[in-house]
This record gives sequence, C-alpha cells and structure tokens, in this order.
Amino acid sequence: MEANIAVPNDNKPTWGGGGVKPFGASYGKMMMWFFIVSDALTFSAFLAAYGLTRFKFIDSWPIADEVFTHVPFVHGEFPMIYVAFMTFVLIASSVTMVLAVDAGHQMNKNKVTVYMLLTIIGGIIFVGSQAWEWNTFINGTYGAVKTTDGKILQFTKQSGVDKDGNAIFKQIALADFVVGDRGNARVQHTKGNGLWFEDEGTISQYSIAQIISSYEGNPDIQIRTELIDLDKKQKTILSREKGAEELAKTRLIVEGANLEVNEYGNTIFADFFFFITGFHGFHVFSGIIFNIIVFFNVIVGTYEKRGHYEMVEKVGLYWHFVDLVWVFVFTFFYLV
Amino acid sequence: MAHAQSHTKRIWNVFWILSAITIVEVILGIYKPDVLHLTSFLGTSPLNWLFIILTLAKAYGITWSFMHMEGEKTWFRRAVVWTAVFLIIYLVTLLLIEGDYLYSTLAPLVRW
Repeated sequence: MEANIAVPNDNKPTWGGGGVKPFGASYGKMMMWFFIVSDALTFSAFLAAYGLTRFKFIDSWPIADEVFTHVPFVHGEFPMIYVAFMTFVLIASSVTMVLAVDAGHQMNKNKVTVYMLLTIIGGIIFVGSQAWEWNTFINGTYGAVKTTDGKILQFTKQSGVDKDGNAIFKQIALADFVVGDRGNARVQHTKGNGLWFEDEGTISQYSIAQIISSYEGNPDIQIRTELIDLDKKQKTILSREKGAEELAKTRLIVEGANLEVNEYGNTIFADFFFFITGFHGFHVFSGIIFNIIVFFNVIVGTYEKRGHYEMVEKVGLYWHFVDLVWVFVFTFFYLV
Repeated sequence: MAHAQSHTKRIWNVFWILSAITIVEVILGIYKPDVLHLTSFLGTSPLNWLFIILTLAKAYGITWSFMHMEGEKTWFRRAVVWTAVFLIIYLVTLLLIEGDYLYSTLAPLVRW
C-alpha cells in the first residue's frame, strides 16, 4: 500500500515538491500532465464535433482558403500566409519556453528571465494576431445574401480562364456592383428613441431590391452557391437565369459574421470558428498570465531560493500544450 | 534536477524541423497540387492525409522534445499518451461515422 500513497518522506510537504514521487515525477508536474490529458480530450471533443458537422455538410462547407485570405497592412488575397505566421510565432515562443526550462536546469537566472520574457512577448503577438483575425472575420469582406431556404449566395465576376479554357470566377463585394438608390431609406431605430421600442437588427447598407436590380443590370455578375462541385472541389457558380431565380428568394443581406449568420456559408461554421479559436485563445491568454507570474517570481528569486526551477517547467508544459493544440486547430480549420 | 547539461542545440534542431514542416504544409495548402487534391485515397484526398501525418509529426516533436516526454518514466509516458490517443481515436472515429451518416440521411432532403 505504501507505494501508492504520497507520504512525505523528506520533511517537505507534497505541494512543496516533497513526498514520494510515483513514476519519478513530482506531484505538480504529474498533475499538470493529467490536467493536460483532460484538456486535450476537451479540445479533441470540440474538433471532433467540428468534424462531425463538417461531414454532415460535406457538400456545402466553406472553403478555408476563401475565408481566411487577409494579411494586416496589405491589400489583396493571401490565403494561409497570416495563419502560418501565427503558427510560427507560437512555435518560436515554445522554443524560448523550452530554452528557459533548460536554463533553469542550469540555475541560470538571467537566461531564464530573458527567455521567459521572449515567451511572453511571443504569446502576446499571437493573441493580438488572433484578435485581428477575429475582427477581420466578424467584419467580413464581400457581403452576401441569405435566402428564405437558408442558403448563402455570394457574388462573383469572371476574372480569367484557366489552362483548360474554363472560366475562373472571383468573388466580389456588394460595394463593387450594387448601384442606385436603396429605395427604402430610413433611420436605424435605437433603444434611446422609442418609448416601447427595444432594438432592431442592423439595417444593411443596401436594400434587397437594390441588389436584385443591380444583379439584373450587370450581366457580368454570377452567383456562387455553397454547393461544392466535388470534382473540382470548388463552389458551384450558377448560370445567370438560375442565379436570378435563387436571388429572388433573398431574405437577408449578410455582411460579416456573428453567431447567427455569416457571409461565408453555414452558420455553424462561424460558431465553431468562434468557439474553438476562442477557447484556444483563452488558453493562450491564461498561459500568458501564468508566464508573467512565473517571470516575476524568477526576477525576485523565488526559485533561486527554492533551489530548483520546476515551476518554469510546469508552466512550460502548459505553454507547449497550447502550442500543441494550435497545431491541430491550424490543420483542421485552415488546411484540411 | 540540477544536472548542468544543456540541450540547446537539440532544441533548435527540433525548432527548425517543426518550422520546415509548417512551411511545407503552407506551400501545399496554397498550391494544392491537383494530383494530391482532386484524387481520393481512403475516404479523403491524399493531400488531407499528408496534412494529418505532418500534423502528427509536429505533435510528436512538441510532446517528445519540448514537453520532454522522452525523459519521463516509461509507464508515466504510457499513462498519459496511450490514454489520450486511445480516447481521441475512439471519439473521432465514432463522431466522423455519425457525421457521414447524417450527411447521407439529410443531404437528399436539401434541394440546391
């Protein structure tokens, strides 16, 4: 029995790193690993739920390359580039973390301090990038319309031909083709200007009638539906006639994304995006807080006094785990 | 605990390997070669399989080297890794099969 019970045998309490060490790992480190296992299961449950939903809508799921195309300060479309940068930042901050742990083994306080600081900076850059990514996602780029049967219609224009002579279509924004007057202009109601009136949804910049007449007046515009052409793995472009038919069913103009509707396609795609990257971002955020606490502890010499830098190792494990999760989020949200 | 041996060189090696894998993933993700992207192998495209394998390689690098799993006692390592890997494979398999079933049941009801 005795081997299974954590009886302190070196006059130090268990929480202080003393006691019996099953598996040769200290209490804190072992519990960090077990926490990581449970947290990994939480994340994999989210990602598996994402996979289930994606399989459920496999013929109409948004294509990540067409959703995440922006890079700060640069105009144009660069799928993958920014998120690759974020991945790189996180891996780099993982390296500085493991270098801090390594320096801790050598009881080199100055080195630990510098590497912890670099890790914190890397984490802040990552969270900032994620905030920017969310902002871009929420504001949207092109705008789309939603039909009465719940489908998102996007607008495209032919931009060239590929090597087989097939037309290539490029998505365009509502602002690029909608002309004329909206015809039913009115002021947005707010809570402040009505006695009984509570609130209303945002009035979009254009009216439905205006979009339909602009579509009819511009023969270059063709409508893209969510349906994926499985041979080309691209969204289907409707003919002008079919497009007009679908457009007539418009119920809502969508610019950007929230939890109820988004211009990229399936509503639940945005929900998963917010939920999974949000939960991961929260982990990064709390990791930064832990790192900052440990950073100051290193500076004031807490671990020097304690005789070992195991706390750096423990927050390091958490930090690497955050990186580990991101590797999977990156693959299943942006690549696959 | 205080063995002064430094592993700095090895750490940087792992970093370069992980970065190289990421760069390969990104290049493949941008160009999506038709041979890999538009063909099918075991239920999805070879490109997707490649992404998944590269991801697992990265996960292995992070866990074994950065989280120093290689230095832990064998059965501690197994308690963590086997548990997680088994449960995740189990869950993912069931949920993906279920998703596929939902698609085959519901997709015929959607008119495009």
